[in-house]
Amino acid sequence: MHTTVSQNPRLVVVGNGMAGIRAVEELLKMAPDLYDISVFGAEPHPNYNRILLTPVLAGEMALEETILNPLEWYAEHGIQLFTGNPVTRIDRVKRLVISADGKATHYDRLLLATGAAAAMAPVPGNHLPGVMSYRDMADVEALTRSSALGGQAVVIGGGLLGLEVAHGLRARGMEVTVIHRRAWPLDKQLDQRGGVLLQKAMEARGVRFLLGKETAEILGSAHVTGLRFSDGTEIPADVLVMTIGIKPRIELAQAAGLQCETGILVNDTLQTYDPRIYAVGECVQHRGQTYGLVAPLFEQAKVAANHLAEYGRMRYQGSVTSTKLKVTGIELFSAGNFMGGEDCEEVTLLDGSQGVYKKVILQENKVVGGLLYGDTSIGPWLFQLMRDGTDVSAFRDNIVFGETHLGDAGHSGENQAARLPDNAEICGCNGVAKGSIVKAIREQGLFTLDDVRKCTKASASCGSCTGLVEQLLASTLGGFYDSTPKKKALCGCTELSHQEVRDAIVKEKLLSVRQVYAYLEWRHPAGCATCRPAVNYYVRTAWPMEGLDDPQSRFINERAHANIQKDGTYSVIPRIYGGVTSPAELKRIAEVAERHHVPMVKFTGGQRLDLLGVKKEDLPKIWAELDMPSGHAYGKALRTVKSCVGSEFCRFGVQDSTRLAIELEKNLERMWAPHKVKLAASGCPRNCAESTIKDMGIIGVDSGWEIYVGGNGGMKVRAADLLCKVKTHEEVLEMAKAFLQMYREDAQYLERTAPWVERIGLEKIKATIVDDANTRKTLAERMDFALSQEKDPWKEAVSGRLDIHAAPMRRIPA
Amino acid sequence: MEWMALGTLEEIPARGGRYVETPLGEIAVLRNENDEVFAVSNQCPHRGGPLSEGFVSGKLVFCPLHNWQIDLEKGEAVAPDSGCVKRFPIRMEGEQIWLGLQEITP
Repeated sequence: MHTTVSQNPRLVVVGNGMAGIRAVEELLKMAPDLYDISVFGAEPHPNYNRILLTPVLAGEMALEETILNPLEWYAEHGIQLFTGNPVTRIDRVKRLVISADGKATHYDRLLLATGAAAAMAPVPGNHLPGVMSYRDMADVEALTRSSALGGQAVVIGGGLLGLEVAHGLRARGMEVTVIHRRAWPLDKQLDQRGGVLLQKAMEARGVRFLLGKETAEILGSAHVTGLRFSDGTEIPADVLVMTIGIKPRIELAQAAGLQCETGILVNDTLQTYDPRIYAVGECVQHRGQTYGLVAPLFEQAKVAANHLAEYGRMRYQGSVTSTKLKVTGIELFSAGNFMGGEDCEEVTLLDGSQGVYKKVILQENKVVGGLLYGDTSIGPWLFQLMRDGTDVSAFRDNIVFGETHLGDAGHSGENQAARLPDNAEICGCNGVAKGSIVKAIREQGLFTLDDVRKCTKASASCGSCTGLVEQLLASTLGGFYDSTPKKKALCGCTELSHQEVRDAIVKEKLLSVRQVYAYLEWRHPAGCATCRPAVNYYVRTAWPMEGLDDPQSRFINERAHANIQKDGTYSVIPRIYGGVTSPAELKRIAEVAERHHVPMVKFTGGQRLDLLGVKKEDLPKIWAELDMPSGHAYGKALRTVKSCVGSEFCRFGVQDSTRLAIELEKNLERMWAPHKVKLAASGCPRNCAESTIKDMGIIGVDSGWEIYVGGNGGMKVRAADLLCKVKTHEEVLEMAKAFLQMYREDAQYLERTAPWVERIGLEKIKATIVDDANTRKTLAERMDFALSQEKDPWKEAVSGRLDIHAAPMRRIPA
Repeated sequence: MEWMALGTLEEIPARGGRYVETPLGEIAVLRNENDEVFAVSNQCPHRGGPLSEGFVSGKLVFCPLHNWQIDLEKGEAVAPDSGCVKRFPIRMEGEQIWLGLQEITP
């Protein structure tokens, strides 16, 4: 019997778990109508969140709360779901799957997501009633029933799963003993020091450990009664849980003649040896690796879906994973090579009394692994450093204290999200409390930062609470949370990263936003508010002369050349070079402000004058009357060069900082950049212009000028780094141009100099522009060329060459 | 229903918008990449941002103040945000755009 034949090809998914269904979800996003879809699952439930088995076992959650895709979801998407009905055979010649009920279903594409089963120790008695595994909801239900009788539980295997089940059974009131072959628990995630701390903490909760023990035999005749070790000793057991590992479920694939080793072999597109058959999840083996954590499975699901949708663009290249233990109150994180070894260095922190242990493994100044116990707040950050291969030489000595010790202020300084009360405000921009974020993660099955942003808006605005949100994800999801996708897509319109888009613009000479979208097959032909300004900036930076500047891909401020205010009016900040003005100019500004009844005139933080509350319609008139250049105070551009008085008047000044500020501003005005750029020049080391918290700050000393870069005084305070010392104004100007051009060409859109300098490292910047005079010169020349293409936008608007659409399209009288 | 001539398609930048002053308040007139034209009240339901200054992509406009997304066919903010904008009928005759001065009621 065949299923009804429709015109669409049929995709059959074998396995109704997290990996298979995630792949279906990704596929529906890309190609909702491409396939008729059938899903077969062995379990009786719709897709549930396997990560939450332990909270269910511990009685902290109910099964219903773990459902990720309720039955309505399948119906809504026209998916045929067969639960409690495993596929028993695949006929690759006739392209059929045969399920347990004897039914044959035709497929055009097959997706195997059969997961993994618990490995059972090959000892006598391992099939006795009372010997259980811990893999699915049925196991949890069986364990819950057994634990209700109380008594002795023995867990064989002191890995992540073993400790979680021990915790859960202890919470249900059983006496629990964990048996482990090695000298300390969790030896795949912890070194001995960490293992001992963990053991003590678990023992304090009433879990016993028997270490270095090899099980020889499980005792009992009708039911398990105990076990005997290879040294002859015995312990009693009413329930025995086997958590020594998992093995991919490959029997079905194997019987169908697909190549398998430990898992089903797949290539980088998640295709098996049969091109019609894909596989994802715990059942696959990719480049020799199998995975049991959720993050890699999701990455695989995305790639497989991309190919099933016939996009054919993505490749899966393996995953770097980190683990966290999900036992309430025990914080543990480990990733990469946490044992160290030759050529490696360790930075450690041990506070035995507080139960805190941190260890970071470095190789050639890059993080290659880490282990955190007791305080895991720096985990996501550390993992990011590891995956990005960031050079940490600048802060390696303090690395165990985390990012917070590198000059954070405000929100990001908070590092203990887990300990905050539910009503604590996490996201100050959107007013989202901790409780709502945690609830959303649990109830809506969120796994990534992007999910949380989309669903709750937390950290979706200024982003300064991102670290806190990541901690909440980590502490709520526990063992399976993976902080960031390996490669960050520029936005939801593409899979490509900022750098990949940029490279294509340069290599393929793409000269407009539209060309980029067409060539790189953007998902939405007109993009979104995230990619449009970024891509427009990349086009303009790569091709300053030929590249088309698309006003509709610029934020309103850069399109109107004024700063929009909350009430829809604008502010006007004319350029006043170095902050030096004259009585005549001040009079003119005053008169313009009076004539147009400008509601407020204010000095800005950057020493300039701001006319606030101007209607869009009045902008061109006001610009004409001011007859001054635009101050670009509204743009991702050079803002102002703040300055102190300097040697001209100041009795302490050793250099003419005012003149330098004017020169800098005249040389760099109209410079667009990935983000706003603020400069300052001080005439002596008293540094009244606050040069050390600017993107680039200059400080006069007796022998010349010190140049500082990467400072910031805003959202996240960062003291600037000393780049170099030079003698003359000309040298300052050339260095400034080279530094800013390097930033323009390298930084991601919306990345300020402070994080950029941290990301690529000061040493690289020094090598490029301080040590190498040629590169410095060519960078400065490229800056000059780019600036020569830019005209003053206010003059353009006044002369009628630029239309900012100041007036309404039409006025319809009453 | 009163239909008012607004002007021609080319007066509205593609993937952007303009606004019109009317007795019913400011109305944003938005044009997407396929030259479809939409008219909605020029006030984001969030903090009143001028939607005529937002990015337009497909059926969506992104508010310039806080990046709320408004579905122009439904007149509703895209989840997790919620709120409505009034929609007004548009008729095209060749390049000429006509605006109907009466809110579309569902």
